[in-house]
This record gives sequence, C-alpha cells and structure tokens, in this order.
Amino acid sequence: MKKATPINKDIPEQAYDRIYKQAMQRQEAFLSVPGPRIHIGTATCGIAAGALETRSAFEEALAQRNIDAQIHTVGCFGHCYAEPVVIIDHPDSGFPPIFYPEVTSAKAKMLTTLFLQEGDPRFEHILGATVANEMIPSIMDFARFNQEKRVVMEKCGQIDPENIDEYIASDGYSALAKSLQRDSVEIIDLVKKSGLRGRGGAGFPTGLKWEFTQNEQDNETIVVCNADEGDPGAYMDRTILESNPHQILEGMVICGYATGARRGIIYVRAEYPLAVKLVTHAVEQARAYSILGQSVLNTDFAFDIEIFQGSGAFVCGEETALIRSMEGHRGAPRYRPPYPAQKGLHNLPTVINNVKTFACIAPIVNKGAQWFRTIGTKQSPGTAIFSVVGSVVHAGLVEIPMGVTLRTLIFDICGGIPDNKQFKAVQIGGPSGGCLPAEFLDTPIDFDSLTEAGAMMGSGGMVVMDEDSCMVDVARFFLDFTQKESCGKCTFCRIGTHQLLNILARLTRGEGREGDIDLLDDFSVDIKNGSLCGLGKTAPNPVLTSLRYFKDEYIAHINEKCCPGMACRTLTAFYIELDQCARGCDLCEACCPVEAVFTTSNRKKGIDQALCVKCGECQVACPPDYDAVRKVSPAALVPVIEHTG
Amino acid sequence: MAKFIVDNKTVEADESITLLRACLENDIYIPNLCWLKGMADAPVSCRLCFVEIEGEEQLTSSCKIKVRDDMVVKTDTPAVRRLQKTAFQLLMSAHEINCKVCPANKKCELQKIARFLKTGLKPKNMNSHLKEISADMPPNPSLDLHVNRCVLCGRCIYTCIQKQGQSQITFAKRGIDTIISFYGAPEVLSATCSECLACVSICPVSAITLT
Ligand SMILES: Cc1cc2nc3c(=O)[nH]c(=O)nc-3n(C[C@H](O)[C@H](O)[C@H](O)COP(=O)(O)O)c2cc1C
Repeated sequence: MKKATPINKDIPEQAYDRIYKQAMQRQEAFLSVPGPRIHIGTATCGIAAGALETRSAFEEALAQRNIDAQIHTVGCFGHCYAEPVVIIDHPDSGFPPIFYPEVTSAKAKMLTTLFLQEGDPRFEHILGATVANEMIPSIMDFARFNQEKRVVMEKCGQIDPENIDEYIASDGYSALAKSLQRDSVEIIDLVKKSGLRGRGGAGFPTGLKWEFTQNEQDNETIVVCNADEGDPGAYMDRTILESNPHQILEGMVICGYATGARRGIIYVRAEYPLAVKLVTHAVEQARAYSILGQSVLNTDFAFDIEIFQGSGAFVCGEETALIRSMEGHRGAPRYRPPYPAQKGLHNLPTVINNVKTFACIAPIVNKGAQWFRTIGTKQSPGTAIFSVVGSVVHAGLVEIPMGVTLRTLIFDICGGIPDNKQFKAVQIGGPSGGCLPAEFLDTPIDFDSLTEAGAMMGSGGMVVMDEDSCMVDVARFFLDFTQKESCGKCTFCRIGTHQLLNILARLTRGEGREGDIDLLDDFSVDIKNGSLCGLGKTAPNPVLTSLRYFKDEYIAHINEKCCPGMACRTLTAFYIELDQCARGCDLCEACCPVEAVFTTSNRKKGIDQALCVKCGECQVACPPDYDAVRKVSPAALVPVIEHTG
Repeated sequence: MAKFIVDNKTVEADESITLLRACLENDIYIPNLCWLKGMADAPVSCRLCFVEIEGEEQLTSSCKIKVRDDMVVKTDTPAVRRLQKTAFQLLMSAHEINCKVCPANKKCELQKIARFLKTGLKPKNMNSHLKEISADMPPNPSLDLHVNRCVLCGRCIYTCIQKQGQSQITFAKRGIDTIISFYGAPEVLSATCSECLACVSICPVSAITLT
C-alpha cells in the first residue's frame, strides 16, 4: 500500500497559518471600508438573467450620485427564480443586509437612489433580510431557505469565486492543512467512515474507491474530477465550479494526498466557458499560494491540477469514455472491469469523482465523519443537490439532507405547481432516470429508494411536470436525447435506442399500433440488459417507468389517438366555441400566423383545420371574458364549422 | 490448463485465453462479430457472444473473460438466445439485405448467425434504417466502402493497425449515423491499400471491396 511519508506537523500548519492571517487581514480591510456593500450574483444563471447589466446600472448610478459603495461579485445562491439576485448591506441605514430578487437595471437605479441615498429599502421589492432582526422578515422564515441544508453549497453566493482569500478567510484549505498532518490511510478511513457515496449518479462509496486506487501498488495515480455534466436540465456542477471552485480543488488535493497521486485533472465541458475561466483562475491562485505545486503547503507532497476541456458529449461523462477522450480518442466507453481505479488514464490507476463528491471532502475532514452521518439517511449520508426545474414556483438549485421526501422538496421547499395546476409526475435523474407519479411523492430522496421506485438519483436533474404534459412525449424527448448522444459503439444502444424512438415518435403522431406497448417493453428490457455502458443500460428507464405508471396514456395514444396531456400536436386540435365567440372581435384572426382563422357568415370565427399549425396563439389572444378557443384531443372531436364567410 | 464445463461438456483450455476462443476451438459455436483471435482487448461492441455462467446474475460477454477452473457455462439458455436474437435483428435493421448481389453471399457471417439462431434475415417489428451515402468521405482509390453492408464490428480497423502499424480506417460520426471511413490522403491510401487488402479479407460482410 502506498503511504505518504509522515510529515512534520508544524510545516503545513505554519504554512497555512501564514496564508490564513494574510487572508483575514485582507478580509478585514474590505469589511472596514465604511459605506454600503452590494453583493451581485454573477454566475452563468445570473448573467443570463441580466446580472451584468444590473452591475453596470449600479456602477453608473453610484457614480452619478457620488455614492461610495463597494460592489462585490459573488457566485450563485441557487435561487434561479429570483435572478438577478442582489444583497445590499447598508449598515448606515439601520437595516440588516437585504436580499432583493429580480433586480433589473431599472430596479438597481431605483434602489441606489431610494435605499442607498435616502435610506428607504422599498419593502415591496424585498424577499427578506439575510439575518434575523426586528424590522424585516428573514429569508430564513421561508421554507425555500430554512429547509435546505448546505454542505456542498455552503459558501456559494457568499464569496467571490475569483478571490482565494475569501475562501481561505472562511476556513478554506484548513481541511487540507489538517489532512497533511495525518497518515493517508487515516484519511481514507475517515472518508469510508463518513459513508460518502459518489454524487455522479451511481452512488459508489467514495472511500472504497480511493482505497482501491491506493492498493494499486507502485504506480503513479491520477485524480480526475468529472465536471462533464451532460444531463439536459442539470447545472449544479457548473454552479459550484462558478461559485466556489476552491472547495473542489481542496477535495482533489486531499484525494491526491490520500491516494498517492501527483496529478489532478478537471474534465469540464467547453460549453461552460465561465466555469472554465473561473476554475483556471482558481488553479493559478492556488499555485501562487503553494496549495498546488511542487511543495503543497511547504511539505514534500507535490500535486498539481490541469484543466481538460471536453467537447460536450453526454457519453464522455461516463468514466471510461471520459478517459478515452482525454487520451485523444473517440469518446467511446469500454468494457469494465478493469475499473479506472485499477486501469485508468494511460493505464494508470485513476480516481474519478464527481464535482460534488470532491466538494464534500473538506467539510468531512473539518467536521468529522460522525457529523456527516448526522445529515441524511443511514445508507445515504449527507446532502443531495437537485436542479429543480419545470412546473414549480421556486425553481433552482436546492441542497437538502438525503431522506427528505419528494413532496417536501417539490411542494414545501419549491412552492408547488404554479397556476393552480395539478401535479402529474416528476422526472428524476435525467435521461437515465424515470418518471414517478403522485403515488410516489412520499418516497424519500436517497440513492436506494429512488432506484427502487424505478427512477435514479442520477446527477440530480429534476423536472416537475403538471397536468399539461404528456408522458409518452416526455419519454420520446429523453429517448431522442440518448439516441443522439449514443456514441454508436455497441449494437443495442446505437440501433436499439433508435428503434425505440421510432415507436415512441409514431405514438405521438397518432400512428400507434396494437402490440406497440409490448414491443416497447421488450426492446427496453433488451437494451437495458444488452448495452455495453451505463448510457444504453439506463436509456430505456424513461420508457419503462412511464409504461409502468402511465400505461393508460400509452393506451389512449394507441387506441383512441388521444393525448390526455394535450401535448402531442397531431393528436390535438383547436376550435372556436361559437356560443362564446364575440361577434366582430378579430383578436384571434389578427394573431394567427398562418391565416387559419376565418370569419363565419354571422361574423364569428372558425378555424380551418387544414391550415392550423396548432400554435395556440388564438387561445392566448382570446380575451378571458369570452374564453372561446377550445383545445381537444383526439383531433376528431372538433365540430365542423361551415366556412361561409 | 483450466478444466470447466460448457453445455454439459468438459472443456480444457489454457487459462490465458478467453472463454469465447476456448468454446470456438472446441466446436461450440457462439455468435460473434467484433472479436478476433489475438486481440488483447476485445471491443465488446457487437453484443452477440453472451453466455450464462453459473453463479452470476447477469449474462456475460464471453469475449471478455478468461477461462477458469470449474466454471459452469451455458451458451443456449432462453435469456442468451433472446438477447442474441435482438442484437442480430437490430444489426439487420441497419443492413442492406440484398444477398444476391453481395460478394459475401453464402460465406456471410450474418447468414451463418441467422441460420444458427434460426431467425430470418429480415427483422420483424423494426424499421429498416439505411444510411445516406455522404459525399464528404475521404475516397480510397483502391477500395470501396459499403456503409449499409457494414455492421461496425471494427475488425478492419484492428487488422489495419496490425498490418500497417497505424489504421487507415476509423469510425466516424456517432449514434445511429456511425460509419467506418478511410483516413488520410488518397495517395497514401492508394499506395498502402492496393498492396495490403487485409481489411477486404477480414470483413465478415463484404463491406469493403476492391474498386
Ligand atoms: C452516460 C453517462 C454519463 C455520465 N455523466 C456523468 C457526469 O456528467 N458527471 C459525473 O460526475 N458522472 C457521470 N457519470 C458517472 C461516471 O461514469 C462515474 O460513475 C462518476 O463520475 C464517478 O464519480 P462519483 O463516484 O463521485 O459519483 C455518467 C455515467 C454515464 C453512464
């Protein structure tokens, strides 16, 4: 077994002390500047919502009004529904720091004048104060905040990801200093005891994986962080890379020390340019602080990290394909065993872990395995991070203790379904996962319970669907994705997913045939059993679960050409209820992009079914007082309206 | 030497060889396309050579495991045959079935497997998916590629590397559009390929022919 040479305890401690003191000094200098501080979330999600414009608006308004305030860019808080998020800390106003949602440029200018200059925080725009106080309700009064448990994302949205001092000042890299004073075996033992399971999807025990690598004698080891994140709708790894890259680096260095590696690689997709930029910057800073390099914290342990930009194929997230891709080959998986821990990059033992897995390491080292086990469930300790999207009020990233039920997550924490609609299903685990119906809302969220229900933790994508979604179409959507992302190597995945997609597409077009359900089931089972890698093995999951829990929808598509969710275009049609249509009103006709709306002899409207493209614009345009446009499925239900205009 | 049982028959083979090879050499046929004797690392991509090994929950790819003493192997259980038939039919759904004009007729690996599995050549319940022939493929002055005959076993690529040190053939595109393609300047291909022809003879389905 490879064992790191015992290190004189004083060396890393003293080295860490030095950078910690320096970071604290800088932090204090920042905090001692009088005047307001404006924290703006500028990760990709914030930027997409206009955070950069918001920042410029603040800068302009501050300059115009000659106000001295510091703008502090931070990462993402995880509250996508509220982007751009701004926290204003204005001590002189007497108010606590305040969380403002949806701060547009106009709002930024208004807040500069009214709050920063005149001291009026404009209550109607406030989400809450970030600390408990007498004046304003605290954000911690809301479930979206107080039911979260932040381990991985604790510092996300709080610190500037481009400034290593802010990470260090909040105890960052102290876990590394502690680890370097211990034996590598002890660290692996700690990770094993914590019960940490890989956050990349399969939930393999991390400590065991590290131990396997350590047991591979003599060979140089490599540490790889898997930041490929290819699931559609999942973006937690990106957010963490953009909001607190150092916590990931710290986990990787500790892993390197524990497994006897000198080399770490972060495999991140090139489609994440901001993440690439920030993590590259973080690595440079860490080198400048001797956290990476020939002599980590002045010890004789050497470790460095490179960034490898992947080209964004979903299959390259699969560990063996990821390795092939880093070696310069086609990103195609290979048969396992041997596992990467035995034979990985260039045949060297390689530890591959997900971004979130590495981000758990420093908290575990700092607070102990026992502490980690107090969070979550016995078999799945710790937290889970989901990007909850779709039909929910408070979409975004949520970090919860494992074991919280789907109901609590969707209805309490994320605010339930908007527009008074009914919950229909939740799709968990992305294209490899499954759709669970309302009966499963009380399922606890952990690796084993989700797998048992037919879904999967996956990497944490969660799409909530309301009554208007069609489960056949959802299955078709995910199959279309996996089919396109198949690397083409093995027969079942290459051709099987294509055949499966053909059948699903046929159903959504109303061309379903008797026997299709059995065919879907048979194909799915064979693809699952026959495929070479996890992509093919899990690709049929959306079909299998929707067949299991929403079979009636499949039957309706096949037998009645009816789409109960009214989502499949070919199976639906619009018509105008003449009793409710207002004579002389032209709104629907005016908005129709294909001139399918005509006027009847009594100056009401009808829709020419041959021309209609079913965009639904007329239904939106029809004033609520008339509410005359109807959507039906099957399309044959449309009454005939004489075209006698 | 390992001594083990396949389909109730005792087989002996050197521990260094794969189960697939041991079976084939002992007249126990297991359908296969992508494996070749001598390969250090089988691609395991055709997904035909499944067997059932006693004590193991899932079916195993026989090209990937080494023989062991006392293993008990079954090559024709219903589960094995089901997966083999589906894999075969999937391959056939992307194969141009026009045996009369095909030089591989009568010695074709696919015809052999169909006979063995007692299944027709034309798959039931599947759409035929043939690829469009794209014009942007690098031409080879000596050889023709028939992408709709090709079953993407990769034997040609392996063989080319063995013969030439570096493959003149590669996989291109991905998913259902995956094809094999020549690789390199036409002059180089012309010089090396017209002499060698190893890929032409190793192809189980005549997807590479002389121009
Ligand atoms: C098709 C496919 C895609 C995958 N994509 C990712 C990914 O984007 N990120 C990731 O961490 N793991 C992904 N995995 C899982 C990895 O193969 C591997 O199990 C994981 O990186 C191990 O890290 P962990 O133990 O920390 O979970 C994927 C697996 C498959 C089959």
